[in-house]
Amino acid sequence: MRRGLSFFNVTALVFGFAFLYLPILLLMIYSFNESRLVTVWGGFSTRWYGELLRNEQLMAAAWVTLRVAFVTAIVATVLGTMAAIALTRYGRFRGRALFTGLVYAPMVMPEVITGLSLLLLFVAIDVGRGYWTIVIAHTTFSMCFVTVVVQSRLVTFDRALEEAALDLGAPPWKVFFTVTLPLIAPAILAGFLLAFTLSMDDLVIASFASGPGATTLPMRIYSQVRLGVTPEINAASTILIALVTVAVIVAALVTKRSVMRAERGG
Amino acid sequence: MALRDRIGRALILGAPFAWLGVFFLLPVGIVLKISLSEQRLAQPPYWPLLDISEGWEGFLAFLADLSLENFLFLWEDDLYVASFLSSLRIAAVATFLLLLIGFPLAYAMTRAPRSWRPMLVAALILPFWTSFLIRVYAWIGILKPEGLLNHWLLSVGLISAPLQIIDTERAVFIGLVYTYLPFMALPLYATLERLDDSLIEAAQDLGASAFKAFWTITVPLAKPGIIAGSLLCFIPIVGEFVVPDLLGGSETLMIGRTLWTEFFGNRDWPLASAVAIVLLVILVVPIVLFREAEARRLEMGR
Repeated sequence: MRRGLSFFNVTALVFGFAFLYLPILLLMIYSFNESRLVTVWGGFSTRWYGELLRNEQLMAAAWVTLRVAFVTAIVATVLGTMAAIALTRYGRFRGRALFTGLVYAPMVMPEVITGLSLLLLFVAIDVGRGYWTIVIAHTTFSMCFVTVVVQSRLVTFDRALEEAALDLGAPPWKVFFTVTLPLIAPAILAGFLLAFTLSMDDLVIASFASGPGATTLPMRIYSQVRLGVTPEINAASTILIALVTVAVIVAALVTKRSVMRAERGG
Repeated sequence: MALRDRIGRALILGAPFAWLGVFFLLPVGIVLKISLSEQRLAQPPYWPLLDISEGWEGFLAFLADLSLENFLFLWEDDLYVASFLSSLRIAAVATFLLLLIGFPLAYAMTRAPRSWRPMLVAALILPFWTSFLIRVYAWIGILKPEGLLNHWLLSVGLISAPLQIIDTERAVFIGLVYTYLPFMALPLYATLERLDDSLIEAAQDLGASAFKAFWTITVPLAKPGIIAGSLLCFIPIVGEFVVPDLLGGSETLMIGRTLWTEFFGNRDWPLASAVAIVLLVILVVPIVLFREAEARRLEMGR
């Protein structure tokens, strides 16, 4: 068959991507709506962004969310990378089947179960719930995503470089930091960003793991959304989407540059 | 191996292993234990409690006090059975719809000029990076009776009265297909991209119609992607909470929501735990299948 776009394929692409993007675009457009009625266009205005900045509850929740996401992403990246190395480099160690199961299960486990089980653990060992319990809960499921991202880079990776360094007498830890780490750095960065956004997005697990002191932005948005659509939430959503989009594009550019450099160097 | 390297190796394997053991495996065990307990108006709100200081005797007494009562209650109460069945049905239908929409999309992406494809893949992934909650929320403004869709349909004269879409199962399906589409389309794209075109050319040279070539060659070869995508959607959808809660109204029964209400509304932790255990048992088979499929996919990528 000839490669190329038939009428059917063009239709599939146009409808597919329109379906994915139209709702988000509409949400963003209506965040600039002067009217409080979300569906009636009352003229362009940035009024809701001003209201948003004065909404102390939302601002406090945003701050909690950023702090949780940052610490989560660091811990998850370290643990996830370690797990990826163990899975790709350690062959058939004892308990490997259990370990792979533990890595894959949290990714598909329904969030209500992950959340409930962690809460029951925190109650059983009697720790106060709040900031740190959310970090632990988020690290647990996001580290597995980091593992998958780093692992897919490690399996396609040319081991001759590592072996050469080992043959030349470099100790394994030095080989790791000077040869392996720079080569898998783009995947680690991608894993870090993935963990960060997963943590920022999560509503269900945070609702279980958090206590009275710590309310994250999704929890705050959720409780407002249940009362109805408000232009303020549209504005908050628009800011979040813009931030994530910029971060993803920057990460893509950084990764592309470093891959190109690695290829030119190698 | 030098001692220091052995220690390093043990640490690299041990740290993530220990973390997942303490914060994933152990909690699931605790859920199992509490699902066998009964609700109490106390802190913590369940009974019996395991007191390690009482030693072996205390442990035996604790075991004797556990009961299967919660599971019997789940089985006898129509609400829970109906919730489980309706979750499975909704997840199956949604997965089928996702396949129906995701396959043409993924297929069309592989037909696009080579230089476009990284852009198209990025465009498919980007919505996944933006908040799940926000993407579901966006549909409320579109689907509600005085929302954008009804507004538009009324103004072009296609309907004369607003359609009731939100708070029905239709809205749940729209929300599920919308939020899970990248999970379906990406694995499909990954397998379809590697497909060898000459096989289809050969079939067509031998006289197969385009449809027959597609059905007998493309679809079977895309099977790993179809399986991965379907499981990646089906498993989390069965336990989905946000979509049915925000779009489904009171008529949509899903088990994730039932568990949430049982826990936060009725504060019946043992019953919520029993619901979680049953859900887990139902999902064990698809989860194991998914793990196998992923392991095979990674082997193939090697």
